[in-house]
Amino acid sequence: MSSTASRLRVAEQDGITRIEFVDRNILDEANIQQIGDEVSQIIDARAEPKLLISFENVDHLSSAALGTLITINNKIRSKNGQLRLANIDPQIYEVFVITKLNKLFEIHEGAEEAIASFT
Amino acid sequence: MPGRSTSNEPFSRRFELRDAREDIDRVERAIVDAAARQSYDDACRYGLRLALGEALTNAFRHGNQDDPAKRVLVDCEVTPRRIVIGVEDEGQGFDPEAVPDPTQDENVEIPAGRGILLMRAYMTNVVFRAPGNRVEMTYEREDGEG
Repeated sequence: MSSTASRLRVAEQDGITRIEFVDRNILDEANIQQIGDEVSQIIDARAEPKLLISFENVDHLSSAALGTLITINNKIRSKNGQLRLANIDPQIYEVFVITKLNKLFEIHEGAEEAIASFT
Repeated sequence: MPGRSTSNEPFSRRFELRDAREDIDRVERAIVDAAARQSYDDACRYGLRLALGEALTNAFRHGNQDDPAKRVLVDCEVTPRRIVIGVEDEGQGFDPEAVPDPTQDENVEIPAGRGILLMRAYMTNVVFRAPGNRVEMTYEREDGEG
């Protein structure tokens, strides 16, 4: 079964693009590919993208999803943009710690704190 | 949980997977549910699902190269003391020692190569059998857990 429905909820506020995921489990390779493509389009459409990705309601994340986040981060940095992650469940945060990606990404506990950190 | 069996009957099963999208979720659910029936705690089941998903995804993608003619075979045993899972693909195999450490500074921005790291982090023991197309993962329940 395939679907082309968006896997993201996107909102704009004060020049910051806030992205949330439709899926609780970001595991399926095809869905991850679609998420990467949709976020890439958002980045491409902005001069210096400021993205907040919120993991509210996300229960599971695979290494392929982490790979997509790294690609997104590289793309944003190449456009002098900024990426923040927020609302990460403790079990998922542990995955960031194991992979040491908690040092690569700027991770905030809540969305408000993340929004305030953009420069 | 009402209606959920907590039987201590060991769970032993073999699965033949042909379609990554359809079968990975089905096999993950069957094995994680068996762990729940043996009262393995939430943290164990979270790690089990993650490690199993990584092993199955690697088998389809890197092992079988997404060839729909090739199968992935899974054998699994869940007992009160341990969970043992074998995942075998029909690919050429690989040398797990040749996979770069993704936690090294020079590799941290590379988007791939974290699946084996996560399998090793969440399971008690992970062994690749030569030529590398079969991985065996064991989770040992610690005293007092779950």
